[in-house]
Amino acid sequence: MPGESREPALRFENVSVFFDDQPALADLTFEARGGQSHVILGAAGSGKTVLLKTAMGLIKPHSGRVLVFGEDISRMNERQLFDIRSRIGMLFQESALFDSLTIEENVAYPLLNQKAIHCPSCDVLPRVTRALEFVELGGTLEKFPAELSGGMRRRAAIARAVVTEPPLQMYDSPTAGLDPITAHTIMALLIKERDVSRATTLMVTHRYQDGNLMANFRYNSEKGSLEPARNGDRATARTTFMVMKEGRLIFEGDQDELEASHDPYIAKFFKQRT
Amino acid sequence: MFDFVKEPVLAAQDFFLLSGRALKNIFRRPHYGDDIILQMDTIGVGSLPIVVLIGFFSGAVMALQMSRALAQYGQIGRTGQLVSLTLVRELGPVLTAIMVAGRNSTGIASELGSMKVTEQIDAMRALGTDPVQKLVTPRLIATATMLPLLTIIADFVGMFGGFIVARFFLGLLTRQYWMSVWRGLEWYVDVTQGLVKPFVFAFVVSLVGCFYGLRTTGGTQGVGRSTTQAMVVATVLIFVIDLLLTKIFISTGGS
Ligand SMILES: Nc1ncnc2c1ncn2[C@@H]1O[C@H](COP(=O)(O)OP(=O)(O)OP(=O)(O)O)[C@@H](O)[C@H]1O
Ligand SMILES: [Mg+2]
Repeated sequence: MPGESREPALRFENVSVFFDDQPALADLTFEARGGQSHVILGAAGSGKTVLLKTAMGLIKPHSGRVLVFGEDISRMNERQLFDIRSRIGMLFQESALFDSLTIEENVAYPLLNQKAIHCPSCDVLPRVTRALEFVELGGTLEKFPAELSGGMRRRAAIARAVVTEPPLQMYDSPTAGLDPITAHTIMALLIKERDVSRATTLMVTHRYQDGNLMANFRYNSEKGSLEPARNGDRATARTTFMVMKEGRLIFEGDQDELEASHDPYIAKFFKQRT
Repeated sequence: MFDFVKEPVLAAQDFFLLSGRALKNIFRRPHYGDDIILQMDTIGVGSLPIVVLIGFFSGAVMALQMSRALAQYGQIGRTGQLVSLTLVRELGPVLTAIMVAGRNSTGIASELGSMKVTEQIDAMRALGTDPVQKLVTPRLIATATMLPLLTIIADFVGMFGGFIVARFFLGLLTRQYWMSVWRGLEWYVDVTQGLVKPFVFAFVVSLVGCFYGLRTTGGTQGVGRSTTQAMVVATVLIFVIDLLLTKIFISTGGS
């Protein structure tokens, strides 16, 4: 079981990324241990998406090293990267479902196209159905992404990200642009996925309450809803908050440390809690 | 100081890199056969109506114009010859390529462009597919097979358009027109020239569309910009390459 382990699932060492001489990530160093959750906060344009894409090798760092499961991906070519990427599930900010494919084909895509995933063809449909039922979209297999609402698209994209049960899962702004109720449903799904799979989770968000849910709640499989994790439960200890500002990581620590911060930029995030 | 040339030079370099990768992928697995068939359908079958229309009317108008010039020398009977010559060597390949560029370079650029700005290209890479293999190579193969075929169709429809004019407006006999058409063609030279040109134009039409599509940035506005750029660049390149090819054919002893 990929529970908590010593080996970092993801490690950034002095990583910098530039776009037209403008730094999008500046000398970033952090690590995510196996089984931990990371909540990444930051203003718009602070480099959160670039961070996740760099972790997948979609963007090459100009300096520094990125290690995924102990392997340095910053010098790998695209074909070598496919292997590593099959162990990462990513929810893109724009959902990024393929418009020309049905929801079923979208969710089956990683099973059929990732060489490192050996999924016999008779297993594909059951796994797709299970993943879609997990996100409560059981009846939409034949639909096209354009026929779904924004919240449903986000859920279908989550199903596609986790259908291969990757040990590292990254979610880019899973609740952005959704109404509070849908946002809560999505968060419940992510926490459920985290608690069922015990995967390492990185979540980018604008909303502090998402991070708060991630840190202090767990999924109760009997009641089928979220419940506060009991005091001393590992959930809190396992969640690290990170705050990005203009490409730099200006804070890393647990929730208590975050709320104790006097930096006005950091305080802005937890003060918005309703 | 040379900053203003830096960007076009870099863009040209990127374009050749993309072309190289697209070509290399033709011989590499996996092959996306379904995508090739689908693209052949949109590019080939989809362009057929417009190619037929344009072919017909350009052949007809050519016949009218040529006959006026020929009438001065009392050679109106040779109308078919001039129509077939200009159609097969120049108008057929160039007009068809421009029509297909208008339909498909832009179509490809906007399709790939919107995939780029909605992160679908990133998602493809994240999920184990090379976008060049999956998107660019099938479009290249499909265009390279369909454009020569479309050109042949345009040539024949154009000759037929010329025939309608010759028969009903110029009063030529059916047999007279088609004999003259036949005489106008130097088979070896014209057929190679008429097929090599569309084959080369196919690379321009498909790769320029893909190139601008994949470079799109800046949301939906960017998609519009890429589409326009693809159209303009593809059209200009078609004319430039047509001149180069014609020059090569003539100096290698064509005609
Ligand atoms: N492909 C790109 N080309 C040029 N600049 C880019 C590109 N991607 C990101 N940037 C720049 O990098 C910086 C960080 O962008 P990023 O997308 O990571 O922001 P973000 O933190 O995800 O913001 P948001 O919360 O709005 O999604 C921005 O200034 C952006 O303009
Ligand atoms: Mg972002």
